Amino acid sequence: MTPADAAPDARELPAGRPGPAGAPILEIRGLHVVFGGRSGLRSGGPLARAVDGVDLRVHQGEIVALAGESGCGKTTLARTVLGLERPSGGEVLFRGKPIGRTTASLKPYRREVQLILQDPTGALNPRQSVYESVAEGLRIHKVKGDEEALVEHALARSGLRPPRRFFLSYPHELSGGQRQRVVIAGALALEPSMLVADEPVSSLDASVRGEILALLLQLVRDLGLAVLVVTHDLGLAWNVADRLAVMYLGRIVELGPTEEVLANPRHPYTRALLSVVPEVSHLEPQVLAGEPPDPTRVPAGCRFHPRCPALAGGEAAAAGVDARCRAEDLPVLAAGHDHHAACFLTDESVR
Amino acid sequence: MTLLEVRDLTVGYRTRAGVVPAVRGVSLDLDRGQTLGLAGESGCGKSTMAAAVLRLLPAGTVTSGQVLLDGEDVFAMRPGRLRAVRWTEAAIVFQGAMHALNPVRRVGTQIAEAIQLHAKVGDAAAARQVGELLEQVGLPLRRSRSYPHELSGGQRQRVMIAMALACSPSLLIADEPTTALDVMVQAQVLDLLAELRRELGLALLLITHDLSVLAGTCERIAVMYAGRVVEQGPAAEVFAAPAHPYTRALAGAFPTIGDPVSRKAPRGLGGDPPDPRALPSGCEFHPRCRDALRSCPTTPVELWPAGPDRAAACVLVRHPEEVRP
Amino acid sequence: MADAGDVLPARTQVRSIAWTRRRQAAARVWAEYRRSRMGMVGLVILVLFVVTAVLSPVLVDPGQLDVTKATGLPMSAPSAEFPLGTDESGRSVLALTLVGSRVSILVGFLATIMSVVIGSAFGIAAGHFGGWSESVLMRVTDWFLVIPFLPLAIVLATILGPSLLNIAFVIGITSWPGTARLIRAQTLAVKSRPYIERARALGAGNWHQITRHILPNVFPLIFANTVLIVAVAILSETTLAFLGLGDPLQVSWGSMLDSAFSTGAASIGAWWYLLPPGIAIVLIVLAFTMCGQALEAVLNPRLRERQ
Repeated sequence: MTPADAAPDARELPAGRPGPAGAPILEIRGLHVVFGGRSGLRSGGPLARAVDGVDLRVHQGEIVALAGESGCGKTTLARTVLGLERPSGGEVLFRGKPIGRTTASLKPYRREVQLILQDPTGALNPRQSVYESVAEGLRIHKVKGDEEALVEHALARSGLRPPRRFFLSYPHELSGGQRQRVVIAGALALEPSMLVADEPVSSLDASVRGEILALLLQLVRDLGLAVLVVTHDLGLAWNVADRLAVMYLGRIVELGPTEEVLANPRHPYTRALLSVVPEVSHLEPQVLAGEPPDPTRVPAGCRFHPRCPALAGGEAAAAGVDARCRAEDLPVLAAGHDHHAACFLTDESVR
Repeated sequence: MTLLEVRDLTVGYRTRAGVVPAVRGVSLDLDRGQTLGLAGESGCGKSTMAAAVLRLLPAGTVTSGQVLLDGEDVFAMRPGRLRAVRWTEAAIVFQGAMHALNPVRRVGTQIAEAIQLHAKVGDAAAARQVGELLEQVGLPLRRSRSYPHELSGGQRQRVMIAMALACSPSLLIADEPTTALDVMVQAQVLDLLAELRRELGLALLLITHDLSVLAGTCERIAVMYAGRVVEQGPAAEVFAAPAHPYTRALAGAFPTIGDPVSRKAPRGLGGDPPDPRALPSGCEFHPRCRDALRSCPTTPVELWPAGPDRAAACVLVRHPEEVRP
Repeated sequence: MADAGDVLPARTQVRSIAWTRRRQAAARVWAEYRRSRMGMVGLVILVLFVVTAVLSPVLVDPGQLDVTKATGLPMSAPSAEFPLGTDESGRSVLALTLVGSRVSILVGFLATIMSVVIGSAFGIAAGHFGGWSESVLMRVTDWFLVIPFLPLAIVLATILGPSLLNIAFVIGITSWPGTARLIRAQTLAVKSRPYIERARALGAGNWHQITRHILPNVFPLIFANTVLIVAVAILSETTLAFLGLGDPLQVSWGSMLDSAFSTGAASIGAWWYLLPPGIAIVLIVLAFTMCGQALEAVLNPRLRERQ
């Protein structure tokens, strides 16, 4: 190991495979985030229930993927976890304590939980050099130590070598993959315990995707980070995630270990979503008609029932649950490690 | 009859630093009713190719070679003939086309505009045709009175397809039609394209970086890298057994879900797609190639046969014994 | 693709090289600006005026302004001794014009500084904080925007009394709303960019976000806008002085025009008294406008070019 690779401080890393290792580092309980309504002197429009009741736990050393289509609330959920949105109900607990609501009270929390944005080009201030972008976090938190060494170490960790060569580059001189690495370096510089990645590779070229994902996996292995990845790409979940949560219209409709959810999806939505992924061959494609309704008009009963192929095809009626599908809202899915789906038809525990 | 024949097309952009080659000697052909998929990433020249077919390149580009649309060279056409041919013989749905809709005009008006630019059709007749087109792309008639911002991404993409079909072209070029869309909407749009092919006998040139999408919808695939075609052949074969290392990497970029090989093992290429202003010597892929030989930086490559009806621009195709296990 | 140069910066050089890059960026702006003929013409005229204003105590003997020491015949046409003729007290119009530039430009700059500072503060605060603060700030801005300039200026000038500082204050107080609206719009545009969100996620407070991200990106627009405001400020000063609200002891182009009209220069055809200040005002406003437009053209595409 060269001096640039050595960690500037000693860290206790969890040994062995990541798994349900004790208490979760992040816990989301009954989270609700509602948009619309009044703001200042403006009167609001209809209320949009972007996140409508979510329970979720993330442990150290594990990667949880939050998958769903646009409008399902996954990005809002991720932003609320970071304190960028205020919850209207429920709470976000980090290491057992609720996170603050004001910029000042969130500051120590923000040192521990970092954000990787979707668009690396927009995520970097075009007027700041790579050095300044990476050092920004260190300066905000007034981190003690040799700033240049810390920046160098972070850049090396995210795969930009030799790191000093990139100090004075500007974002427009770098490629998409390199920019994303700079964003990752900026997050790593603060030595966080957790990363929240919002579509980390969707705006990058296909051939570069694998490298960035491999980097994330390696960071989790080396540093024991907890990672919450928001994506619409189930293939990404297959590539990197330990557990997968599928969201629809503000709720998690299926949750469980990735292999189980993708091999045997229990929720009709998951099954349909999986079946149309071009890289999937073990399911008959079920193309759902129309698009998810917007969060201002959440259907009554099971929120997926208007588009559910099982309901439309008669399976639900055959099992005798179709009345419940139409009228009864399902409870919020418990944040356990087992594989569960919020569906009257397929999940015993819900009945 | 070959509907589209591209012969040794070269397109360069004039910049202060000289001419930057975007497309370097590409040859393709497409028959009526066939589908050809063009795979590649940013900087490979695929969008330039698409624009070149209809001579929609910006001013200041240097071109050589021929693009024969139904036997006529697009680059030799007079402006009047070109305008007549555009949209009626071949139409294009651009990348990010959903943002190309005029936000202050109703969608129906914009589709009618495409119709009325090419034929002396009265407003009522045009409106009727707009209705038919919307039905063809699966949108309800009342949507013709909507403004673009009232439609979702998938719906806007359908409007773009309707606009492209306005003059009943024989060839539809779709440049990254599903890139910004959710996977379910992507499936809907691809289904729509397949249906249109069946109903209208359309030939389709589909451009995207997702190889598995092409494997599912196209008959043939051509893979582009650094302005050239580096592999081509029947879609299923190219996807299942790629001959060029780049195609292999592209195929592996989006993993097969359920395949234990890719579980927790994302595969990607080192480096970045090359900058057209500074292309590597010899085989342009060599800096990122796992199987590169010592001769690769200095040996120019061409498309060599790699099996029946297949070709790849890689020396390993000629000397398979040199492939490292 | 990335090539930061072959020099691996030594530890101590990181900062100084960063400064070199900033200077290079400034040099590029200048090179781009030079290509605009309009901008260069405007700049040359401006420089001439400013130099004249600065050097006027040297060029013009203060005695020439003293009414009691005037040597020429009142209202006489241009001659060898008085190239631009004389005013109603026999003073050289040329001398008056040169001295007048000082006041006009000084007041113009002072008023502009005030206007830009207040306008930017309001604009950035309104754009950044949103919610109630934004509503309140923008309503105050609208209030000032709607009030007609001249009546307000007259009232304020009368209350505060005639002095250069007061006139600058009056102009500044009435012209900031335009800047505020412009800056607010630009702040909103910058705020929506992902790197602001990243800064927030990193833990940045409002001050950090404003000074390190919003301000640098809004600054080019402020600068271009400032140049145009100076032109407006000078015109406003001229107007107020013409109406007799300026400092009676100071000579400015507006006061010259005021004197000219009130002493009947127009009716006796004393064009040499009216034209010089008039042309001077037109020229300087034109020069500022040309520079401002050229600057905007240079700075604006840069805002978009840096992808």
